[in-house]
Amino acid sequence: MTKHTLVALVEDKPGVLNQMASLFRRRGFNIESIAVGHSEVPHLSRTTIVVNGATTTVEQVRKQLDKLVDVVKVSDITDEEIISRELALIKVKTTAASRSEIIEIVDIFRANIVDVGANSVTIEVTGDEDKVNSLLKLLRGFGIKEITRTGCIAMTRGGTGPPPKEKKSPEAKEK
Amino acid sequence: MKLTGAQMVCESLVKEGVEVIFGILGGALLPLYDTLPHYPKLRHILVRHEQGAAHAAEGYARATGKVGVCLATSGPGASNLVTGIANAHLDSSPMVAITGQVARPFIGKDAFQEIDITGITQPITKHNYLVLDVASIPKTFKEAFHLARTGRPGPILIDLPRDVQIDQAEFHYPSKVNLPSYKPTLEGHPAQIKKAAKLINESQRPIIIAGRGVIISTAYAELKELVEEAQIPVVTTLLGISCFPESHALSYGMIGMHGMAYANFAVDAADLIIAIGMRFDDRATAKVSAFAPHARVIHIDIDPAEIGKNVRVDVPIVGDAKAVLQKLNKQVATGQHLDWVQQLDDWRREHPSLVIRDSQGLLPQYVIRQIYEVTKGEAIIVTGVGQNQMWAAQHYWYDKPNSFISSGGLGTMGFELPAAFGAKIGCPDKTVWCIAGDGGLQMTIQELATIVQEKAAVKIAIMDNGYLGMVRQWQELFYGKRYVATPVTGPDFVKIAEAYGLSALKVERKEDVIPAIKKAMADPGPFLIDFKIEPEENVYPMVPPGAALSEVIEEPRKKAKAATDSAKLSVSNI
Repeated sequence: MTKHTLVALVEDKPGVLNQMASLFRRRGFNIESIAVGHSEVPHLSRTTIVVNGATTTVEQVRKQLDKLVDVVKVSDITDEEIISRELALIKVKTTAASRSEIIEIVDIFRANIVDVGANSVTIEVTGDEDKVNSLLKLLRGFGIKEITRTGCIAMTRGGTGPPPKEKKSPEAKEK
Repeated sequence: MKLTGAQMVCESLVKEGVEVIFGILGGALLPLYDTLPHYPKLRHILVRHEQGAAHAAEGYARATGKVGVCLATSGPGASNLVTGIANAHLDSSPMVAITGQVARPFIGKDAFQEIDITGITQPITKHNYLVLDVASIPKTFKEAFHLARTGRPGPILIDLPRDVQIDQAEFHYPSKVNLPSYKPTLEGHPAQIKKAAKLINESQRPIIIAGRGVIISTAYAELKELVEEAQIPVVTTLLGISCFPESHALSYGMIGMHGMAYANFAVDAADLIIAIGMRFDDRATAKVSAFAPHARVIHIDIDPAEIGKNVRVDVPIVGDAKAVLQKLNKQVATGQHLDWVQQLDDWRREHPSLVIRDSQGLLPQYVIRQIYEVTKGEAIIVTGVGQNQMWAAQHYWYDKPNSFISSGGLGTMGFELPAAFGAKIGCPDKTVWCIAGDGGLQMTIQELATIVQEKAAVKIAIMDNGYLGMVRQWQELFYGKRYVATPVTGPDFVKIAEAYGLSALKVERKEDVIPAIKKAMADPGPFLIDFKIEPEENVYPMVPPGAALSEVIEEPRKKAKAATDSAKLSVSNI
């Protein structure tokens, strides 16, 4: 079982997300995160899916995803050099004594405080999964009231366009 | 001029060359049905259950190669199509299923006869559509038929809300589809084809496993050329039956759980598998880790997702069987594998799988063989699922292309009667025999009424053993003969047939078999024969569940016990 990051360019239509998620559900995969938003092409969305699974099974799902009429392109970019980011909002309990220490941690992580209440602050942090997890670990001691995370979005480094269509599939071997 | 949605649907069907629609109406389809009589080119056939509509459309599609069309109303009408759609999906049959839907303002409100049929059929269709705008009907139908019949064919569902059928818009049928993400690979990569040719030319013990893809792409001549040029023996999957003439010297029949012993031995001993248009189904490969242990594998298939799914592949070629074989044949050297072919012929002689034993009772194998003799092998055989299916696959010899229609992937009992009906509607000049079991026939028996109403001269042979026979066989072999829920008290099928208005005969003795079949053939209309076969006759050869192809049981009375013991451990895996 390894963690895989798949990036798919899909038609911006109702039901597409369901079709994609369904291919993972059928095989009993738990999707760790899925993030969808508009792409550089009108009417197309780019989706980043993170799943844990055996490489051969993920490859089979990737091919099945590619067969969906509304999926234009799908790549497993796990082994590519990628930039991945996620955004998290974290609401932490505060007291007069702890507030300054929290602000210090927030500064170190180059995160932001976006809301302050009588006994809590809400922190916005952007980064890869590890960074968000590290910050959470430090904040846990203060008491976390609520967390919401966007899930990972990813893209390959360098170059000008989206990643090559596939890497290890037999069709690619043909070329 | 503006047309209503219902008119646009009919216009689109006419543009796609549709001639027959199998369906049942209902409230949500009233606007469309009200329009149908204005399009005399569209022959609507009223079936008795929507499952029958879907199977009939598939039988029609498989016999003709055209897209089968079925129609059902919203809610239960649509959900009754589901089994038939799933069947077409697993067997790659081109089908367009049209369902009525509640009017748009009611969608999602649990309205009367509302069901989320696009949601339900999403995993069992190649693609589906919920039409929310009347103007998109032409584009939707153009795409649907294109998707259904190209690439790896499959079922497409179009859900039409009632009010969309009434709305009006200008009708312009597109001349081309615009589906940027859908471009099936047809040609096969030249470098891969070259590699495949090299492997073929170097192999000592090559074998071709041909599947339904050969039939879909009508690559009969190309396959034959490859076989004869390189002298490579051919075996088929269940659904590959009739892609290659079975009386050909290099044909060794079907492989798999109930395949010929010598065919299974051949696959086991081969040094090269050339798999064409097949998907290494578990019933064909048996224990997959022990499948073809000595062989390199060339896999030709139009669906890239099938490559490497079940079996490791050395040379994958994504493409249409016909196009790939045309190129491959040019590079394959004239070959001779005299020792190998001799070996297969020896196995065929030493391990005959088609000998019919002497019996006082009526044996199903004998009945099937006589149907072959009387029809001179010219019939289209449509089967049910289970023992009747295997006997029909084994004991009829298929020399005519595309003469065997059966539910392979889904294994749908009840497929036989409506599918045979659909095949007869598509090929009225051909003899169509429906080989049924007494269990399966009762699942869709009401379509006898449709057959009579349409005067479709389907000939029906029931292998009537009073059991759900294949399951009983498993209970006998692997569950200590505990026949739980397999005995079936059948009706008097002759009386049933007569009540529906078709001629019928009951046959209990061997000497009555041929006269009965001849009588059925001479009758201009549909005809049913209830063959009272040996109740506990089994299907052999058999590869026990969990065993390898080479561990095939041939002589049941001697070896069944050993097989039972060895299979006990693995039966839980199936």
